Amino acid sequence: MLTRLKQNRRLLILVALGALLLLCLLIAVSLGAVSISPLSIIKMTLNKTGLFHFTATWQSSDETILFLIRLPRVIAGSLVGAALASAGVLFQGMLRNPMADPYIIGTSAGAAFGATIAMMLPVSVAFLSFGLVPIAAFFGALGAVLLVYNLAKVGGKTPIVSMLLAGFAVSAMLAAIVFLMVTLSSRTGLLQNVYSFLMGSISVSGWNQIIIVAPLIIGAIVAARFLAFRLNALSLGEEGAAYLGIDVERDKIIVLALGSLLTAAAVSISGLVGFIGLVVPHAVRLVLGPDHRLLLPAAALSGAAFLVLADLFARTVLAPSEIPIGIITAIIGAPFFIYLLRRTRREYAF
Amino acid sequence: MINLKQVSFSYGDTPVLHHIDLLVQEGEMVALLGPNGSGKTTLIKLLSGVLRPIAGDIHLDGSILSRMKRRQVAQRVAVVPQQFSMPFAFTLREVVLLGRTPFLSVFSDEGEQDHRVVQQAIERIGIAPLKERFFNELSGGERQKAILAMALAQEPKILLLDEPTAHLDINHQVEILDLVKRLNREQGVTVIGAMHDLNLASLYFDRLLLLKDGCIFADGTPEKLLTAETIEEVFAASVQVTQHPLTKSPHVVVVPR
Repeated sequence: MLTRLKQNRRLLILVALGALLLLCLLIAVSLGAVSISPLSIIKMTLNKTGLFHFTATWQSSDETILFLIRLPRVIAGSLVGAALASAGVLFQGMLRNPMADPYIIGTSAGAAFGATIAMMLPVSVAFLSFGLVPIAAFFGALGAVLLVYNLAKVGGKTPIVSMLLAGFAVSAMLAAIVFLMVTLSSRTGLLQNVYSFLMGSISVSGWNQIIIVAPLIIGAIVAARFLAFRLNALSLGEEGAAYLGIDVERDKIIVLALGSLLTAAAVSISGLVGFIGLVVPHAVRLVLGPDHRLLLPAAALSGAAFLVLADLFARTVLAPSEIPIGIITAIIGAPFFIYLLRRTRREYAF
Repeated sequence: MINLKQVSFSYGDTPVLHHIDLLVQEGEMVALLGPNGSGKTTLIKLLSGVLRPIAGDIHLDGSILSRMKRRQVAQRVAVVPQQFSMPFAFTLREVVLLGRTPFLSVFSDEGEQDHRVVQQAIERIGIAPLKERFFNELSGGERQKAILAMALAQEPKILLLDEPTAHLDINHQVEILDLVKRLNREQGVTVIGAMHDLNLASLYFDRLLLLKDGCIFADGTPEKLLTAETIEEVFAASVQVTQHPLTKSPHVVVVPR
């Protein structure tokens, strides 16, 4: 009885959040330089399935805008938001540190490092329709985590404190190298490019990038959900989790790998969107509680919805110019988070 | 059921335990006593399987502990440490539910049976009124009871205690040990506990192991072991031993220098 009640509650919350996400997606695709009515969007989308044949009450350019420009961008935004929020849940759960976010163990600096090198290269190569920058950012992020993990490893174990400190050191060094490269390079526009990568923006052209990144992100979130009850046990600390039958070192590697993969996939689309991976997990935890079996999927859906809205602001508020999305996530997110923090009963005892 | 053969352990270059031989039978209640640094906690961690001996073997029901999977060990052995810190706002019931971790699989969440075990554990420990409270907001004694309930939810055959009453006031010390003793007597749970307080050990445990410098110095009943000479030799403290006025068990009183 209790089990079913709990599972129903969980399901209900997730369905509600899913509906909220759909609503945000609908609003976001309908607004822009040309606005398209939500009804037309729904009809056009249903027509695409081949099962429906609504007569067109819209211009054919609307269809191009919807399917080739806006929808890819909005879907990309929701993937980035879901990935960063889930990665935040994973890192906070494993590291038991309130300051933990997806970037804490070197992913951000690694991605920036990779991206900057790619921007400095005199050639522009495309691989599977990806530019060089997203690929370099992806592998830069993973490379940095690998480096941090191995630096922190002592005699077969990687103590969490060592990992945090190694992450801090590697990040600081890579960031310094990025700025050194920018300072020394004579390449025009490099500073501008690096700056916009660091502030983040959702940039995709068409569907090709999404087709590759989406399975990666969704697969990693699903895999992480299977680990959720083990993350609950890990909140007792490494020793406590081991007493409960958790193979701590193995699970640390899995969580680290999934979290880093999610982060790397996200930054390859958007550059470094800050704040969301820190705040969305905290906010969802404050409202729904710390059980990772609900927290993880709920944070993924909320993160997606939040980033879709943030991106909508970023591209419409000062249209036709765009504000970097990282600025929006912080300006909207921070006050909301402070409100939750002051209102809630659930306390932290880190 | 637990059998240590020539077990040694060291942290890096610092040896902690030397050639320990020990047999504990099912249903025993054994206290580990000894001064700080004598190896009590290390021995508990070895028995729980989170540390592995550098030499010798620990046999658990005929299997070698270091070759068992963590999950298999946790299905039989539960540990109550001095304290746990919990960064997130789990309720007491959610914390006790963590005790079911070794029985859950990647593909299935907890079921009715798990909730029944959790509920029974909570009632047995007598903390049902607190179960929807946040673990972090409980007092030290209440938290330690929750941890005991969590250990109970593992349905262990062996309960390991690592100075479980170290941070508690006297009534909680007695309450926790009363509960542990009842588990031992009523459910036949084997209890091995590192203890600080000689008199509590004398009152609650049937068998004492005195550790000194990483070796077992003496092994026997409280009556046999708790003598002024032995305690002075192990702890380097001058004491006198009297009798507990009610139970007649040995009672150690310190003598100020």
